[in-house]
Amino acid sequence: MQSSRPGPILLIIATAVALFLLMPLLAVVPVSFTPQRFLSMPNGVLSLRHYQALIDNPAWGQSVLLSLRIGILSSAIATVLATMFGLGIWMFQPRFSALLIGFVLLPLIVPPVVSAMTLYFLMTTLSAFNSFIGYDTWIGVALAHAVMITPFAVVLILVALFQVDRRIDLAARGLGANLTTRAFRIIIPNIKFGIATAALLSFVLSWEEIGVTLFITSVNAITLPRLMWMGLRDNIDPAIAAISVLLIIVTAVILALRIFIERRGASETK
Amino acid sequence: MTGKSAVPRTILLLAPLLLFLGLAYVVPFLGVIRWSVTLPEPGLGQYRAVLTDPLVQSVFIRTLRICLIVTAAALVMAYAIAYVWVRGTPTQRMLAEFCILVPFWISVLTRAFGWLALLSNRGLINTWLQAAGIISEPLALARNEFGVIVGMTHFLIPFAVFPIASAMRSIDERVLLAARGMGASRSRIFWSVFVPLTYGGLIGAALIVFVFALGFFVTPAILGGGRSVMVAELVYLRIFQSPDWGLGAAISVVLVIFIGILLALMRRFIKPAHLVG
Repeated sequence: MQSSRPGPILLIIATAVALFLLMPLLAVVPVSFTPQRFLSMPNGVLSLRHYQALIDNPAWGQSVLLSLRIGILSSAIATVLATMFGLGIWMFQPRFSALLIGFVLLPLIVPPVVSAMTLYFLMTTLSAFNSFIGYDTWIGVALAHAVMITPFAVVLILVALFQVDRRIDLAARGLGANLTTRAFRIIIPNIKFGIATAALLSFVLSWEEIGVTLFITSVNAITLPRLMWMGLRDNIDPAIAAISVLLIIVTAVILALRIFIERRGASETK
Repeated sequence: MTGKSAVPRTILLLAPLLLFLGLAYVVPFLGVIRWSVTLPEPGLGQYRAVLTDPLVQSVFIRTLRICLIVTAAALVMAYAIAYVWVRGTPTQRMLAEFCILVPFWISVLTRAFGWLALLSNRGLINTWLQAAGIISEPLALARNEFGVIVGMTHFLIPFAVFPIASAMRSIDERVLLAARGMGASRSRIFWSVFVPLTYGGLIGAALIVFVFALGFFVTPAILGGGRSVMVAELVYLRIFQSPDWGLGAAISVVLVIFIGILLALMRRFIKPAHLVG
């Protein structure tokens, strides 16, 4: 084992890569304290005006609430659908499992811009029939996000399922447990941490989604990333730096939470 | 292996997701295909445009060039940090994991903005270089192809790390011990034994990075500043700025066919579990 520890050259390269990975996240911090109206480094004077702007401008708060709502709904849809699908694959091992899994992973493999265009078609078509679900509505965005994030949830839940010992389920079946009992009392409790991770990742992916959102929203359903995008295109608004710093902090907390969930999951199943 | 009565139940569990994706994804994609052959007029004119229009051609060539550079850069960088993540001391592993997962979980917008903060004319790097008197005029680091390549490489490294690390983890320690026992030097073990054993992971990683890079849109749009348009951004522009839905749809269809062929050729290297951290 000792012989294959990374040598000095590899460690130097890996450190450079690690710095490369963290650099842009760190660079956001000084910019967020600039007293200027444009993207710049604070020149001796630090200012909180861009954080103040986040509070003063109600658009930011509204977009956060909207993103939360969309994230919760789309994560719920994705997690429920993916759990059912995973259970179906695992319990019955249908003949075309690989094909079915490949099919549900499509939104992940197809280039995001093509998915965006596809969902744009869907939303504009739906808008012709109703005003609740469709282009530029929050439920429409949540549905579109659900399409995009479900593959991730499916992968996480299948990974969790394939770590479950099949004999537990066989024993339950042998003892006469019916399908519902097996699913809810035997299998789901064994993958609950996988399901929780899937729900969390789904939420985060929806919370951050921009590629598809850009195509299917215009003036009403302005999610947080949509609002950031508007401030990023031409004249860069340093308020983006302030919101980015807050987002980095939130992400770090969520990541810690996930590691905590996984640690507990690992210690409970052992 | 299950009785006939199980068939309807299987359908009960599988159908909701299949139906959902069928109706919300496959059917609308058929609509996009229809756009590509009906807008602005019925026929294959848009596909002819995709294949012959010099503007579209130059965007495709630029996209391929950027994707290849990004894939190569991301693979090398991912390999180094994956090695430390898999084979380092416990502290090194933890640090590596942190550096891989934190950017992975942070929004693509925040990351692109971070690169703007570093690379733009009034950004960190130019400010420092000018303050130090090394340069008098800011270097053009963002709003060009260089910025796009840096930002995309940064975004895609974690996606390359997962399959590579997984291949590294599955290497049998005894093979390395055997090589050492036979007198191979450290660098010989690394280049002649270790690296070849991870080729599967490397190919999988290359494929994931390349396919993702091909359809990538947000980072190039922000860091390219409209000057080095890639194919995905071209689709966006054709839908929202100079409305030519038919051309946007035709490019989309061509992209899907291209990626479909690529994945069909390489399908044995793809493991879905590698896509999530």
